[in-house]
Amino acid sequence: MNWKRKDILGLQNLSAEEIRLILDTAVPMKEILGRAIKKVPTLRGRTVVTLFYEPSTRTRTSFELAAKYLSADSVNLSTSTSSVVKGETLKDTARTLAAMGADVVVLRHPMAGAPNLLARTIPAAVINAGDGAHEHPTQALLDMFTVREKMGELAGLNVAIIGDILHSRVARSNIWGFTKMGARVRICGPATMIPPEIEAMGVQVCTRMEEALDGADVVMMLRIQLERQQQGLFPSIREYARLFGLNRKRLALARPGALVMHPGPMNRGVEISPEVADGVNSVINEQVTNGVAVRMALLYLLGGGGMPDA
Amino acid sequence: MHKLLLKGGRVVDPQAGEIFAADILIVEGRIAAIGPGLEAGECAVMDVAGKLVAPGLIDMHVHFREPGFEAKETIASGSRAAARGGFTAVACMPNTDPVADNRAVITYIKNRAEEAGLVKVYPIAALTRGSRGEELTEMADLKEAGAVALSDDGHPVASAAVMRRAMQYARMVGLPVISHCEEPTLSAGGVMHEGYMSTVLGLPGIPAAAEEIMVARDIILSEYTGCPLHIAHVSTSGSVRLIREAKARGVPVTAEVTPHHFTLTDRAVADYNTSTKVNPPLRTEEDVAALKEALADGTIDVIATDHAPHTLEEKDVEYQLAPFGLVGLETALGLVWTELVIPGVLSPVEAIRKLTVNPARILGLKEGVLKVGADADITIIDPELTEVVDPATFASKGRNTPFSGRRLQGLPVATIVKGRVVYNRDLAVIA
Ligand SMILES: [Zn+2]
Ligand SMILES: [Zn+2]
Repeated sequence: MNWKRKDILGLQNLSAEEIRLILDTAVPMKEILGRAIKKVPTLRGRTVVTLFYEPSTRTRTSFELAAKYLSADSVNLSTSTSSVVKGETLKDTARTLAAMGADVVVLRHPMAGAPNLLARTIPAAVINAGDGAHEHPTQALLDMFTVREKMGELAGLNVAIIGDILHSRVARSNIWGFTKMGARVRICGPATMIPPEIEAMGVQVCTRMEEALDGADVVMMLRIQLERQQQGLFPSIREYARLFGLNRKRLALARPGALVMHPGPMNRGVEISPEVADGVNSVINEQVTNGVAVRMALLYLLGGGGMPDA
Repeated sequence: MHKLLLKGGRVVDPQAGEIFAADILIVEGRIAAIGPGLEAGECAVMDVAGKLVAPGLIDMHVHFREPGFEAKETIASGSRAAARGGFTAVACMPNTDPVADNRAVITYIKNRAEEAGLVKVYPIAALTRGSRGEELTEMADLKEAGAVALSDDGHPVASAAVMRRAMQYARMVGLPVISHCEEPTLSAGGVMHEGYMSTVLGLPGIPAAAEEIMVARDIILSEYTGCPLHIAHVSTSGSVRLIREAKARGVPVTAEVTPHHFTLTDRAVADYNTSTKVNPPLRTEEDVAALKEALADGTIDVIATDHAPHTLEEKDVEYQLAPFGLVGLETALGLVWTELVIPGVLSPVEAIRKLTVNPARILGLKEGVLKVGADADITIIDPELTEVVDPATFASKGRNTPFSGRRLQGLPVATIVKGRVVYNRDLAVIA
């Protein structure tokens, strides 16, 4: 199939075929990453702008490297969250970007739907690099890429996602992505962090972690924002770790060889114990490498360059 | 002598509950005669054959933004929007700047409305000073100045103790209390209905419970104090249940629903269109069904728009940053007809009753009826006329409507206030 979309705003509206195309495209991209000289001329002369209203060195660097390896020019614009609320609006910034001739804009924003607004405003391709509690499609795609690489197929797998589902854009994108590809998804977390009617997204809600882990092929741990305790969403870090932390004993409930994932950065000893984070099941470091490959695939598909020589 | 004869129409009488063929003769701003085959000699004649002739519509819940926010709307532009929407009278909420919590602002609003000279504008005064939910306003003075009701709309009174005293005092003064029911700690930060759609969109939700807890509280206080309570913009099935049960028990409670709440669900938020951001938020399919049932069985007395204009710039931002509110005056009647009358939820007479006599009764106004001797406030409706909503044509300064592009049937074609035609779509007037 051919790529037809202008933007990547989320996985909710992508078809399984589109997701498969992205993952397939990421395979040769990863091969480029293994070369001594990691550079192909695919996007030469194109401009990729990373526009981050929320700090995330990790995601931004991953996009910038992806752009560099494809020979695109990349520009970074970082803005603090406070300037969103007063002063220059996203629409104003969008007009500036359009005037600068950006071909692809990568947007990270604390508010859900901001990439949709941007995509409606400018002719450039927009990639959502995380918007509020809405979606984080590139993270989910790299997660799926990693699982597919290790397990061969996504269909039929049991995926457990554990933690603060309410505020997690990673969880939402992964739920859409994995269920579209035929996996079964269970979610688990404190009752105060399970959003209403999430079952209708096609997931099973588990109240006990043991239930979620039982027979899981993939265990995806989410980062807990420690300040949620101040908001009264859970009583203490200690109790959170006791009920929803992944340790070796709990991991034994999953399938042998189950993959342990985390979008990072981790609170070691809270949502994940150090021995599991660094253990044999962990693919957390590979997630980072695969992130660059998947983002190269997306920049390639959206940036309209020529296919690199394999 | 100024005379106007409305000839050949079908008169909607919501008091008698019937529709009959009759002409109406207007002399010097008042209705002089209603009956078949009227002749009036030297007289302007408006041909209303095939049209419904109804009492002038009353919108008991609008925001005209003046004083303080004239870029959003002025009393003049709001009056034009009302006239174009078929409304001959509106009641405007006090959340202006300064707040309408004193005689000077009430008088100012009345004067500006007089200058605009289109529709009747009845000010609603604040329930508490600055709508801060702390001290009572000078209700007797405000009533004398022309306020027809009391409300802190948009700033729900958080303290039950303040609400109780406000209702006791309002009852003494003889003004109804209009309540925007919202428990602020439950709704804090929320921008849409809390449910499946907020989960998928990742937007902070406002649970139905935030409204229902306050509806329950205010009903209990109304029963306790005996103060007539009008619940603004009911949006959930749970609120409907509470109001229905309270009415059955004889509590002096009435309620209104907006056209957007009986037409749209939270699915309309799907593409983050900020024109769908309203407070209370658009709810679910089940809530919409309950609102329609409540309209049909009389639990909900009134249809009001909660017309809330904002500038384009304010709404053209991230969903969470946009202000709440949509414009409703110029789409209201079309939505009532298309969504309620044509599908048979309400008869034409019932629909007109909820837009005329019922709001007039709640606010203690003499308007809302067609009878000899009354002010000639009349709305002419073409029940067959259809039109696609185009915000560019609005008389309101606000363009923030989620109904752009929607085809509506059953539209106002002329609006007459005290015998003067303040809006005329294309009816021939033969002098
Ligand atoms: Zn309100
Ligand atoms: Zn209002």
